[in-house]
Amino acid sequence: MAKRRVKFTFPQQLITEPVIYQLGKKFSVVTNIRRADVRKDRGWVVLELEGDEAEIEKGIAWVSSQGVRVDPVAGDVVEG
Amino acid sequence: MSFAKSLRCRECGREYPLNPIYVCEFCFGPLEVSYDYQAMAGAVTRESITRGPLTMWRYRDLLPVESDEVVDINTGFTPLVHAKNLGHKLGLDELYLKNDCVNPTYSFKDRVVSVAATKALEFKFDVLACASTGNLACAVAAHGAKAGLKAYVFVPADLEQGKLVGAAIYGPTLVAVHGSYDQVNRLCTELADRYRWAFVNINVRPYYAEGSKTLGYEVAEQLGWRAPDQVVVPVASGSMFTKIWKAFNEFSNLGIIGPVGTHMHVAQAAGSSPIASAYEARRMDIRPVKPNTIAKSLAIGNPADGYFALKAIKESEGSAVSVSDDEIVESMKLLASTEGIFAETAGGVAIASLQHLVAAGRIKRGDLTVVYITGNGLKTQEAVAHVVQPVTIQPHIADFEAAMELLSSRE
Repeated sequence: MAKRRVKFTFPQQLITEPVIYQLGKKFSVVTNIRRADVRKDRGWVVLELEGDEAEIEKGIAWVSSQGVRVDPVAGDVVEG
Repeated sequence: MSFAKSLRCRECGREYPLNPIYVCEFCFGPLEVSYDYQAMAGAVTRESITRGPLTMWRYRDLLPVESDEVVDINTGFTPLVHAKNLGHKLGLDELYLKNDCVNPTYSFKDRVVSVAATKALEFKFDVLACASTGNLACAVAAHGAKAGLKAYVFVPADLEQGKLVGAAIYGPTLVAVHGSYDQVNRLCTELADRYRWAFVNINVRPYYAEGSKTLGYEVAEQLGWRAPDQVVVPVASGSMFTKIWKAFNEFSNLGIIGPVGTHMHVAQAAGSSPIASAYEARRMDIRPVKPNTIAKSLAIGNPADGYFALKAIKESEGSAVSVSDDEIVESMKLLASTEGIFAETAGGVAIASLQHLVAAGRIKRGDLTVVYITGNGLKTQEAVAHVVQPVTIQPHIADFEAAMELLSSRE
């Protein structure tokens, strides 16, 4: 089993969508929220994804395809 | 022995032993080194500092290193230049430039990597690694060579070959990764979790970041033991900006300098300005962007320390500015033609932002102002390649004099 610590950033139109619930239903991925800040015009959630490596990859690809930005919790690590 | 006592989560305050870890296990917040300042106050004085070497390591008591031997290629204690010509042009009497172009690999990254490489040896890592498109790659490769560590440098596959020479010469393993910037980012974060390597800005980031504090200490010392009134810093992840602010405050709390009245200003390129955008919108949250600017060394769309940079702006009653690519180029030329300093694009961002701040009345004539120039212009020559317009002649005096006549008739 693999674990991945990620940050989801939601655009305004997805704030009210149950994206994290659907991620857990569509894929064999356990979602574990650690920190979040959700307001009426935007939101972010820091969470851990646990599951099979390939399943996590598929889950992240699906979340991204919905319009949610997915980043590692460390932020950008490719520096100039 | 150092005065570092633990790693502390910057979000929830939980403490951890001084290990190569970077996020809080509880809330996934970033970790930062915390120190025993009481013990430090008894040991660190102006005299103890000035007895040290003329490098960044004169401040070793304020850095989180334990070993006697540090990995040093003679980094730091770079010039603080009183920029009279540029100051005259901009209407500033007390303008100073911290010229970090002249570090061993020509950027401030030598400071952070010197600390990271020292910690890599302390933690008994065999490999020093990073993902970079420029300055960081050079610093990691050079310090890896000096420390006898294997160096792995990950770069996007579409990066120009010429950009890699400054790193490749030190003999690292260069890994060119096909994929988008986001994919390279994600891959390297996952590699840092999988391999027991010292990824300088991932698993040893809490220590690495502390190296930037020396930019603050040096300026305070070089100004005659005081903090400036105004500071302008080119900003990518926000880490260096927050550490300069931390350095002034540490010096003040230790009684090495007086109270800090510095206003801290973030300088960003408009094509990669998530921190300046948040500041302008009066928000404390960062909205990630896709960078698109000639200032490649500042092209970080999702800055790890963005929130903390905004906090430092607030605490210091500073501000944030973003400038266009054209302004960056013009400012690089202005800096070179007034002060003889050829800075990379990030230097252009800093000088262009300074001009905005002066025009807006935020920085005034008599303010003691320090602008950080963090990398050398030879690294981003393509941005100003158009300045090369030679007068071409045949090898005869008559030809030369005719050309000179033509030139003066044009003036």
